[in-house]
Amino acid sequence: MSLTDTGAPAQAAENPPPGPGRRRGLTERLLAVRELSLLLALGALILVTTLRNDRFLSGQSIKDLLLGCAILVILAVGQTLVIVTRNVDLSVGSILGLVAFATGELFLAAPGTPWPVALLLGVALGAVCGVVNGGLIAVAKVPALVITLGTLYAFRGIDYYWAAGRQINAADMPRSFLRLGNQTVLGVPALFLVALIVVAAVGFYLRSYRSGRELYAIGSEPAAARLSGIPVGRRVFAVFVANGALAGLAGVLYAARFGTLDAAAGTGLELQVVAAAVVGGVAIFGGSAYGAALGAVLLTTIGSSLAVLRIDPFWQQAVVGALILAAIGLDRLLALRMAARLRGRSAHGA
Amino acid sequence: MSPGAPGADSAPLLELDGVTKSFGAVAALRGVHLALHPGEAHALVGENGAGKSTLVKTLAGAHAPDAGRMTLDGRPLQLRGPADARAAGIAVIYQEPTLFPDLSVAENIFMGRQPLRGLRRIDTRAMNRDAERLFERLGVRIDPARPARGLSIADQQLVEIAKALSFDARILVMDEPTAALSGVEVERLFGVARSLCERGAAVLFISHRFDEVFDLCQRITVLRDGAWVSSDRAADLTVDEVVRRMVGREVSSLYPKQDAPLRDTLLEVRGLSRAGVFSDVSFSVRGGEIVALAGLVGAGRSEVARAVFGVDRYDAGEVRVAGRALPPGNPGRAIAAGMALVPEDRRQQGLVMELSVERNATLARRRALSRLGLLLGGAERAEARRWTRRLQVKASRLAAPVATLSGGNQQKVVLAKWLATEPRILIIDEPTRGIDVGTKAEVHRLLSELAGEGLAILMISSELPEVLGMADRVLVMHEGRVVRELPRAEADETSVMYAATGQGAIS
Repeated sequence: MSLTDTGAPAQAAENPPPGPGRRRGLTERLLAVRELSLLLALGALILVTTLRNDRFLSGQSIKDLLLGCAILVILAVGQTLVIVTRNVDLSVGSILGLVAFATGELFLAAPGTPWPVALLLGVALGAVCGVVNGGLIAVAKVPALVITLGTLYAFRGIDYYWAAGRQINAADMPRSFLRLGNQTVLGVPALFLVALIVVAAVGFYLRSYRSGRELYAIGSEPAAARLSGIPVGRRVFAVFVANGALAGLAGVLYAARFGTLDAAAGTGLELQVVAAAVVGGVAIFGGSAYGAALGAVLLTTIGSSLAVLRIDPFWQQAVVGALILAAIGLDRLLALRMAARLRGRSAHGA
Repeated sequence: MSPGAPGADSAPLLELDGVTKSFGAVAALRGVHLALHPGEAHALVGENGAGKSTLVKTLAGAHAPDAGRMTLDGRPLQLRGPADARAAGIAVIYQEPTLFPDLSVAENIFMGRQPLRGLRRIDTRAMNRDAERLFERLGVRIDPARPARGLSIADQQLVEIAKALSFDARILVMDEPTAALSGVEVERLFGVARSLCERGAAVLFISHRFDEVFDLCQRITVLRDGAWVSSDRAADLTVDEVVRRMVGREVSSLYPKQDAPLRDTLLEVRGLSRAGVFSDVSFSVRGGEIVALAGLVGAGRSEVARAVFGVDRYDAGEVRVAGRALPPGNPGRAIAAGMALVPEDRRQQGLVMELSVERNATLARRRALSRLGLLLGGAERAEARRWTRRLQVKASRLAAPVATLSGGNQQKVVLAKWLATEPRILIIDEPTRGIDVGTKAEVHRLLSELAGEGLAILMISSELPEVLGMADRVLVMHEGRVVRELPRAEADETSVMYAATGQGAIS
């Protein structure tokens, strides 16, 4: 703007005074750009698919899509909490499987259990799994990647031991519970509404609460976080418990939606979850819960639109891979642009 | 017997008595006394490694002392962590800024103490406004909503200062806050420190700039080798007296460098500059010569070495090896041209701690030792044995992981690794940091021997006796520039120290 830079040391007076607290921060604006780009990609994907097959935009098809992505959205949002602190939780697929099976077992043992009780118990079991993860990480001081790789197998092992080859069917579960999985409220699947509530709650927490901001601080510079008196260990522990609880919630919803449960439920889901978070931009800027949720929606939509377009399922993996790489490329580009902008703005040059 | 200065007219706000802290076998603080009085700025001075930063971290609650007492307002004070120190009203500005690059400037200032509105939500608007007020008090203009990433070092330091101000600290500790600030900014900072003092706060100021120390502080405490030397009123001291106390010891002839015939110039550096790090650095080193780069921590010595070797880039200038220009930013070419760099931080940059002694010793030579791309044990072992024997590395066996060796022996392995490449130019950064006296002498003898064999050696050292004992010439750096070049005959503790603290130009 002011082209008066004649090599003299830029004095403070040259910069116009920033309006106190009115403008949004640059990071926030870039995050908005990031989320907008996901929306655009989603829009383009839906448009192209609809041009090929107009039933893709029918009410039922959209309902299926929303239903299909709800569980992944919840898991991706939980994972966001973890990734923001520079950790990762690979055990979410196994927690989901274990909780889903446990929910089935609960209804077998006590058929009269009201579904809210089952929901709470599922969340509690997930949280217990999170306590195991968080506790091991805190005690062993080993990267979360390694610990949760271990618990991925451990939780799944418990699941297999418990199930012992059995399968639980929809007939074993009360109708009120199964309705939860398929009901719609004003045409929107209840499951998706639950996911929306989770996204909004976590997004709001991360943005507006001190402890939420501390999670970003921990991920941004762990050493500085310790020096500023942030209880790093306690926060990381809490994050794993919260993520476990959300995986537990997803497990109960999984049971309600699919009805048929065996020990393999949710196998391999963790990679989709991490992929959704990465596509959502959580890896580089810290990102937001909204981005991760959009990433999950995009990944689910790709799955169903490739099916509609009659593209070999083999390509789906390749497309997801390409999408992850594109997302990382975009993040890098935005980071570079941000760095350039910030340098340009520096009040004390050289 | 009170270690407090004579005529202390008020009860101390914070008092340290006999504070001791060791890291393994190294005693960083040995029975340190310090009394900070309300309304007073107190300077802490000492050479590099005198224990100043350890003392700061102790005050910040980041290190728990092994022994000794701390009292605040006469009551015992125990800090279990940085949060406790904050609660006690101790604010610390570290030498290296500790910001969160991804968060906004205002969040960096108020992390954990953000102003709140309904539902305990963070009031971003109020937070940005408060941050702006702090910057107004400091007389600077930094956008509170921008991320901390990309701030210049000076701006980062200002954010740290704003952070310390924001908590209305009763005790403000500043660990070399002015190193990156301009004169105007330093004046503002001092204005803020003085106004804090007027309100009854105590300030602990750590600096190597004596003019600033005498300008701001009423009392000066000198540390040497982790031990308390003296605390006096600034008015009773002179710069010479302070320097004498910091240095303390006589220069012994513990570090003899034999005179070697000087050969051709092997390393020539001309006008090397990197914005904000060092500028216009020129020097040359001849075969058989040891040239020392002296200066304070942060003067840019290691950065110059890294740039010369090609690990870091530089903006201008050139490096010539035996008359031929070396392409910038290419350590591989530097090694091929016969250059070796023994880095300062051997744990992180010099060694692979989990690998064996022989693997580490031959790491830089693996191409020459391999047959058809395979590293066969025999050749590796023979080569490792040759060098570890010459350097008298004490290891139980060559297959033992380097992590099991003592610091001195680790340093020898790093040296063996680079000497195995048969360099013509050896750049060695802090050759004897953290190693015992006996091994120190061995390393010095070895460097002297290598120079005798015709190597050109560039040595970076923060230990004055080492610099004075080993170097044929001393280049003194201050804030990114070579400010003095002293031949052996003219280099002594005072001349080097004066130049390193930026006094040389004035006196």
